[in-house]
Amino acid sequence: MCLAIPTLITSISEDQVAKIEIGGIERAISLIFTPEARVGDYALIHSGYAIGILAPEEAEETLRLLREMEEAAEAEEAAAEAEYADALARVEHSDLPKVGNETA
Amino acid sequence: MKYIDEFRDPKLARRLIAHIKRRATEPMRFMEFCGGHTHAIMRYGLRQLLPANIKMLSGPGCPVCVTSCTDLDRAIALARIPGVILTTFGDMLRVPGSDGTLSGAKAEGADVRMVYSTLDAVQCARDNPDRPVIFLGIGFETTAPTVAASILQAERAGIHNYYVFSLHKLTPPAMRAILDGGEVALSGILGPGHVTTIIGSQAWAFLPEEYGMPCAVAGFESLDILRAVAMLTDMLVEGRPAVANAYPRCVSREGNPNAQEMMYRVFQATPADWRGIGTLPESGLGLREEFDHRDAALVFPIEIGPSHEPKGCRCGDVLRGALSPTECPLFANRCTPTSPLGPCMVSSEGACAAYFTYREYKDDH
Amino acid sequence: MTTERILLAHGSGGKLSHDLVEKLFARRFSNAILDRMDDAAVLEIMGRKPEGTGDRQQDRDKQVGVPGLTGKLAFTTDSYVVSPIVFPGGDIGKLAVCGTVNDLCMSGAHPLYLSAGFIIEEGLPLDELEGIVDSMATTALQAGVAIVTGDTKVVDKGHADLLFINTSGVGIVPPDVNVSGSYALPGDVVLVSGTMGDHGMAILMQREGLQFSSHLTSDCAPLNGLVEAIFASLSTEESKSLVARVHCLRDPTRGGLITTLNELAQASDVGIEIEETSIPVCDPVRAACELLGFDPLYVANEGKLVAIVTADIAQRVLEAMKAHPDGANAAIIGEVTSSHAGKVIVRTELGARRIADMLAGDQLPRIC
Repeated sequence: MCLAIPTLITSISEDQVAKIEIGGIERAISLIFTPEARVGDYALIHSGYAIGILAPEEAEETLRLLREMEEAAEAEEAAAEAEYADALARVEHSDLPKVGNETA
Repeated sequence: MKYIDEFRDPKLARRLIAHIKRRATEPMRFMEFCGGHTHAIMRYGLRQLLPANIKMLSGPGCPVCVTSCTDLDRAIALARIPGVILTTFGDMLRVPGSDGTLSGAKAEGADVRMVYSTLDAVQCARDNPDRPVIFLGIGFETTAPTVAASILQAERAGIHNYYVFSLHKLTPPAMRAILDGGEVALSGILGPGHVTTIIGSQAWAFLPEEYGMPCAVAGFESLDILRAVAMLTDMLVEGRPAVANAYPRCVSREGNPNAQEMMYRVFQATPADWRGIGTLPESGLGLREEFDHRDAALVFPIEIGPSHEPKGCRCGDVLRGALSPTECPLFANRCTPTSPLGPCMVSSEGACAAYFTYREYKDDH
Repeated sequence: MTTERILLAHGSGGKLSHDLVEKLFARRFSNAILDRMDDAAVLEIMGRKPEGTGDRQQDRDKQVGVPGLTGKLAFTTDSYVVSPIVFPGGDIGKLAVCGTVNDLCMSGAHPLYLSAGFIIEEGLPLDELEGIVDSMATTALQAGVAIVTGDTKVVDKGHADLLFINTSGVGIVPPDVNVSGSYALPGDVVLVSGTMGDHGMAILMQREGLQFSSHLTSDCAPLNGLVEAIFASLSTEESKSLVARVHCLRDPTRGGLITTLNELAQASDVGIEIEETSIPVCDPVRAACELLGFDPLYVANEGKLVAIVTADIAQRVLEAMKAHPDGANAAIIGEVTSSHAGKVIVRTELGARRIADMLAGDQLPRIC
């Protein structure tokens, strides 16, 4: 439910009407719920009204956390791979009979 | 598109999925309350990508689907009053009542007009001063403030022929009813991101506090939904139910006070009829007494025959999460988007429509 | 769905439309050629009258033609009822010419001659009609076709939405060209000639009540130049036969790309699998779709084509399209498979696979 899309506020006129733009599409919308909005802000618009103003620092923070998680996971995977490679190398060079070899 | 494309990054999505896979060590059942979430989950194919021990269930978060048959019949009856212009969001046009749809009424000569915004409905009233213009108000707390604003606008501008038929509903009572019903075992709730932009994440505090249920408020892009699922998983595994905000770029603790204030200036909580759940006290929004002259239900008394749901329709069960769409015996045979029996199949946000249009493909071999 | 009256959804190109055509018109008019349900009827013109078999259906199916003339005639018809009648990038007249020209060249034909029938609502301003007729003349010239016959009727005010136009057209299918919706084979490659959803969203943005302003224009255009370029790239001295490796051509009009792919999958009884990220969609169309809750893959196009060709010529066809002004954004979007016959599978950008069915009727702007 509640289709709402972030759009750029390109101008604000009196009586709390603003013009928004997204992908070259424009429309007049109401800022009645977001009197603090400024030109250049991104407004979350639903059915012709701005219901919120996007917080850029929060958006950045969310992406940063996700990217960090990605790096951490990659580091984990790299470490895991290195460990595995080590373990393999040790098995190769040991005197223990290899799995599958029949020994008397 | 800024703030949309970045949150659809497939690389980050895959990482989130890997994280969830590592952490979800036990079976988990999450209810996505919002129809928009069901739609997005199906469209991205997230069900396939999440580990098998995580089950996503659809809840009663589609305002179209939870509109009772009686209420819909009343809306159609209003549209049929000679001279009336019924303005409505596109979502409601094809939902079947006991006897036809708004679209069908239009084909028979009723003046039913689709609008994108209540601003357009008020304009319609301005343009047609000699005819009553009734706006069909559906939607939850995201939409109700905009309808409230339209009434205040009509008052200020002296537009006397603008009326609202309010079928608006509040989401926390429905969530309580599902949990109190005890019908479905749930581990956590995926909270509706845009409703919460209005009502604030503190509105969901009752979930961990009274039900021990974690809640993660989610946006609608793939990363938003996955992040919320990851947060729910983490909260469960760590045994710390809370309200987590997975959509902080739009959602705050207190929400949008201006929108809340305007909504409650015009509306008050009333009992409402939820399809599939029944009547819940304080779960709907009715116009306050001082706006009686704008209340279509009072100004245009109508009589309708007894309402009946289509035989065998299980929408109610689907809406409570008790039945998955594919488990409904009518799904994909007697009930399809081409010939829908119930609202869950008609509404594009309905669980059944989402499941049908975007059903996942499994290789047979 | 048993309805007592015709609904708007019956004209939207989705399931209800298909049902109406199949269960009412096709059933009553049924014959071998019609039953193929291609965009144009391709008719063998025999050199002699065949012996009558006594079976009227069979005799009708064998074409009686002109002595001495052989080859394949393509014949099609279409009616245009779009509103508004003038829109960014075109008007109902341009649409009427392009639509019929395109149906012809989607059957592999060189379009030659069109008819134009007008049903005009009383009260239509003459200068508006002139503008549309001018537009038709210009488009016909651009497409290299001649409008050779026509008809005009005027109806009482309120009995037509300003103007309805019907165009029928004939063309000749060159030898070696053998295109039909039923010819796709597993292993074939699926291509589109450009961005999806331009026409439908351009029209929608103009719609009263939505109040959006955009620079979106309809992509309405005749496609015969592009189709000729495709065939030309395949007809070199050594490779005359490559032309037959173009199996299907179809323009994804009402119902959009997914509807057209479903039609082809069903007609050929094959599966089609496409990669969502490879389908070109321009930014304004993306934005308009987000705002209204639309899926661009179900939105109408009027100047694009889908081509299904054998894998070995796919790259060549792609390059031929890209070198042509009407194919600048052409792309390979998927392939034909033998599994899931009759169904279209979309692979999402996250790698999940989902079935993409036809819609019941038109998409509607939604707030939920």
